[in-house]
Amino acid sequence: MMKAKQMTRDKGITLALLAVAFLILALLPQITSGYILTLLIDILKFAVLTVGWVIFSGPSGYMSLATAAFYGLGFYIAAVFSGSIPFSLLILLAGVSSFVVALGVGALTLRLRGVYFTIFTFALVLLVQNVVLEVERVVTQTRGRFVETVSTEGVYYAIFIVFVLTVVSAVLIRRSRYGLALQSIGEHEEAAAHSGINVVWTKVLTFASSAVFMGMAGAIIATRRTYIDPYIAFNLNTSFLPVLMAMFGGMGNLVGPVLGAALFTYIGEILLTRFPDLYMLLFGVVLILSMLFMPNGILGLAQGIWRKMKGGGRAPA
Amino acid sequence: MLAINGLSASYGNVQVLWDVCLRVDEGEFVALVGANGAGKTTLLNAVSGVMKPVSGSITFMGHRVDGSSPNTIVNLGLSHIPESRQVFTDMSVRENLEMGAYPARAWKDRRATMKRVFGLFPRLEERAGQFARNLSGGEQQMLALGRGLMSLPKMCMIDEPSNGLAPRIVSEIFEILTSLHKEGITILLVEQNVRQTLAIADRAYVLENGHNALDGACCDLVESDHVRKAYLGH
Repeated sequence: MMKAKQMTRDKGITLALLAVAFLILALLPQITSGYILTLLIDILKFAVLTVGWVIFSGPSGYMSLATAAFYGLGFYIAAVFSGSIPFSLLILLAGVSSFVVALGVGALTLRLRGVYFTIFTFALVLLVQNVVLEVERVVTQTRGRFVETVSTEGVYYAIFIVFVLTVVSAVLIRRSRYGLALQSIGEHEEAAAHSGINVVWTKVLTFASSAVFMGMAGAIIATRRTYIDPYIAFNLNTSFLPVLMAMFGGMGNLVGPVLGAALFTYIGEILLTRFPDLYMLLFGVVLILSMLFMPNGILGLAQGIWRKMKGGGRAPA
Repeated sequence: MLAINGLSASYGNVQVLWDVCLRVDEGEFVALVGANGAGKTTLLNAVSGVMKPVSGSITFMGHRVDGSSPNTIVNLGLSHIPESRQVFTDMSVRENLEMGAYPARAWKDRRATMKRVFGLFPRLEERAGQFARNLSGGEQQMLALGRGLMSLPKMCMIDEPSNGLAPRIVSEIFEILTSLHKEGITILLVEQNVRQTLAIADRAYVLENGHNALDGACCDLVESDHVRKAYLGH
């Protein structure tokens, strides 16, 4: 009884905190503008990419480096259609296109396991980048494209809505029979097949679902730039950073990746503005230290401290 | 119920099964015995769709299933309880069982089925909330069996349930297999523990180096010179 009461109270507090955070983020453009809004756009972008990455790679254990391919696809969808269709439709189109492409790529590659899958997804980014480069050289005979810009508030609200969508989807998937199936694939793929799970289909569908959010984020962020080219759109950093952010935050639940994305982006920003010359060096040191001393991310560290304080109790997830 | 004809299978260039035949009728308890490397596990993997056979046919309840995917075969009512248990260690006992009920046909009845499984394995109910990694070997084997039953199978293929367990636990597991059989589940049991297996099964097949060596009623096989010399040690 006591335990049940405690749990409903904890749940109530969590929900209240979430509601407050939601309101603050939703009303922020009314209060502030400029730098803070720009920083938040950056944070929300990485939060979308990181949570999107965690949806598939977290439970399944298949480390994907394809994020930049779908994000870049979103960039190009924005560039090709900007001005001719509304911003909201543009974002939707980028999501659907990424889903379709990921479905095809997934069907071809998710039979590969472990490091082979990772290397293939890495190569995919380079492949798409070079195909687009060739098409621009031979067919359109241009280099890069212009994108119509959208107001900062417009971009903020768009990425905020996609962020909420991503987190809600991630929670729903995680709690479903489907999410549990994905986790069992990550633990023991053969046993999952013996349990009657359609292993290939489950992997492909989740991979494609996670790509939707990456494509949407790409289409939104593309409008922050007036000009894009394949090197900007399909930048491999976009593939690596969400992986690091997820590890930095901890992958035990979804708070970790969001926290990781926020802190990682913010720390990067501070280091870049305060120590522009030493930025990469300091960033590397921070990263190595956090990997060494927080193997379960910030979240794991926080839970450890909580447990010690409460004397053996379990931290609220 | 299950009919295997002329089955050959190989891993790359290494052929493991040659022209193997095996039949299990509805309601039977059939054993498949043989030494390490005889091809017993490969045979089960071919039947459950985890590996594709090179040639031969596999029919389950009138459906050709060679080349079908594992989930299709589980859906037809054939459950494979794999060797060395393969439970999901970072998931709770309850979640492990829920995953066993993954086919849509079994999912809606999962609560009732779980009650039945808890009836067979009371210890799993006591430990329902614990991570499977914290179970003992015997309990993990019970969990693997329970998970296999959650898909509401008509037939179970059970691979070496005695593997790595203390003799007392092995006897307990074998008793449970007998009671499963009495409940009407058809069983194909793969074992290296020949003496105990021949004591509980109706019929048995002996596999040697990937070939059918002997088959027949267990009471006859126990008497055969070959089985006594090669597997029973006299």
